[in-house]
Amino acid sequence: MYTFSSKLKTFSFVLMILGAIGIGIGFMAAPKTIEDVEKLLADSHHDHEAAHVEKVAPHAEDAHVVADTVKAAVAHVADSTHAEAHTTTVDSTAHAVDTAAVVAVAEAPAHADNHDAHTKADAHSHDDHKAHLEHVLHQLQNKPWAALYVACIFFMLISVGVLAFYAIQYAAQAGWSPILFRVMEGITAYLLPGSIIFFVLLVAAGMHWNHLFVWMDPEVVNPESVKFDKLIFLKKGWLSVGRFLGTAAIILIVWNYVRFKFVKNSIAQDSAEDNAPYKRNFKLAAFFLVFFIVSESIMSWDWIMSVDPHWYSTLFGWYVFASFFVSGITVIAMITLYLKSKGYLEHVNTSHIHDLAKFMFGISIFWTYLWFSQFMLIWYSNIPEEVTYFVTRIEHYKLPFFGMLALNFIFPLLILINTDFKRLTWIVVMAGIVILFGHYIDFFNMIMPATVGDQWFIGIPEIGALMFFLGLFIFVVFTALTKAPLVPKGNPLIEESKHFHY
Amino acid sequence: MSNKVIHAIYNDDDVLMDAVKQTRAAHHHIEEIYTPFPVHGLDKAMGLAPTRIAICAFIYGLIGLSIYTALMNYIMIQDWPQDIGGKPSFSYIDNMPAFVPIMFEGTVFFAAHLMVITFYMRSKLWPFKQAENPDVRTTDDHFLMEVGIHGNEEELVSFFTNTGAVEVKVVEKH
Repeated sequence: MYTFSSKLKTFSFVLMILGAIGIGIGFMAAPKTIEDVEKLLADSHHDHEAAHVEKVAPHAEDAHVVADTVKAAVAHVADSTHAEAHTTTVDSTAHAVDTAAVVAVAEAPAHADNHDAHTKADAHSHDDHKAHLEHVLHQLQNKPWAALYVACIFFMLISVGVLAFYAIQYAAQAGWSPILFRVMEGITAYLLPGSIIFFVLLVAAGMHWNHLFVWMDPEVVNPESVKFDKLIFLKKGWLSVGRFLGTAAIILIVWNYVRFKFVKNSIAQDSAEDNAPYKRNFKLAAFFLVFFIVSESIMSWDWIMSVDPHWYSTLFGWYVFASFFVSGITVIAMITLYLKSKGYLEHVNTSHIHDLAKFMFGISIFWTYLWFSQFMLIWYSNIPEEVTYFVTRIEHYKLPFFGMLALNFIFPLLILINTDFKRLTWIVVMAGIVILFGHYIDFFNMIMPATVGDQWFIGIPEIGALMFFLGLFIFVVFTALTKAPLVPKGNPLIEESKHFHY
Repeated sequence: MSNKVIHAIYNDDDVLMDAVKQTRAAHHHIEEIYTPFPVHGLDKAMGLAPTRIAICAFIYGLIGLSIYTALMNYIMIQDWPQDIGGKPSFSYIDNMPAFVPIMFEGTVFFAAHLMVITFYMRSKLWPFKQAENPDVRTTDDHFLMEVGIHGNEEELVSFFTNTGAVEVKVVEKH
């Protein structure tokens, strides 16, 4: 039996308390009125003149209807300027692009003007300025909520990823992994508290306490309103608060129920006469994996993709899955290594760690494959309503957007490609920390651009939220690990797992 | 000086693995083992040096990546720039996403093919090569361990009979 060391327990409480303070500071420091925002912006404008021009793009988002068109136009203009620089080389090409740019600008004349006005120093009208301030105010008020949301969904999905991995082990009747089952069961214990907090956040969004989901505003689907958005209006059959919360409740309840049954059968198998509990888990795993892949897709549309309600990508579910799946496997490896370093799990050998590290390596590559498949098609086809997603990220999130590729792809690729390295504790832990940080940034990139725009920053609210959920995660997971023997001795495959060597 | 070897033949890979461990423990020199299929862990049990083919594969991959990058740069950027879907080919880096699948395939192609060729060359395998296995049954269901004799013929024969070999032969090797 594992005993939760008091040092680690204290550490988790310190993280939670500091995190809660950070979250609190984030909410209190958020500006209350547009006067606060004006002051904030004035300070930053003096600092960098150029930043002003950049702030124009999100400005147009106020009237969410046309935001995409404008961005496309801006993107187009940028493209054509780029092409013009080369007119000497290929005349006809540049001409073609020029024409395209003219058409694009003509489509949104008001906004192009807007853009020009803003670029000319302080020539914008008073109304525009006020609308802009109000927009920035909303973004800054969203910021602590978005920080909380990203950290909350990230840690919850880690436990979901581990649950999926665990179910795969059962469904495949894998012989190498049963020795790690109690670690996986411990990590999935976070699913219950994680999903309760997450559901509360979703309800908070539904109650309009924050504006993480723009489509929740009833004005955007009201044809009389100035905020009316035709694209969201056409999707309102799906994007409605009741349907959204109902689906979320069903998905979370089924996940939690499956997790509860898995652990119950697993414990029962320890003292069972036959393999009946094991067989029940095998069947449950088969059911869960089918339910999971559908519900996972739906949850990724609802909880992540719908913050950008105009945009959609058909492989988004897979992409999100790869992200939290690799994070989950990484957490299994890290907690296993931690327990091993404390003298537990004596049957776990370097071959088990090697297998986990292979999954970390493989799923990192898989994640990159999906990321790139999504990026390349959208980049190549260059359809305005799709490409804005990446234009926003490349314009305002350059460092996290490209930095995450280095963290999630290049680093694991180079460090984990070597067979011997996959068996070294310090390499696996180091790669694991980088992968987890990289995938937090991945989730950050999914949520932040639509909710806080160019006002993002990884400061006290973000780090506070991350610390709070990390502390809670450690506390819940290690408390759960003390509840059952670390070796599932009744599992019919346990002997094979104990003697796993290659 | 006679060049005699023992051929100990087994009909099960687990028995073979145990025999290899015993042989190594008794400090007899294993010349070679012929098996009908790759036996997991046999290289470690025999004490063979770890393979370096992974290092070769990595280098081949880098070569493939460089060649295909240069190739795409020449074809698409320098020799005949085209405007595909409003993305004129003026600079490699701006158009790189379009070339990534090709760069990837080139990496895999070079790593895989050159690795196989390297393996064949290191194993001295080529078309129309005469088989080296001393007993045809090693391509079917038998495992053969070849051990050098250094004036201890009788000791070795009884040793291998005790390791579970189905057949122990003393052969003159050329």
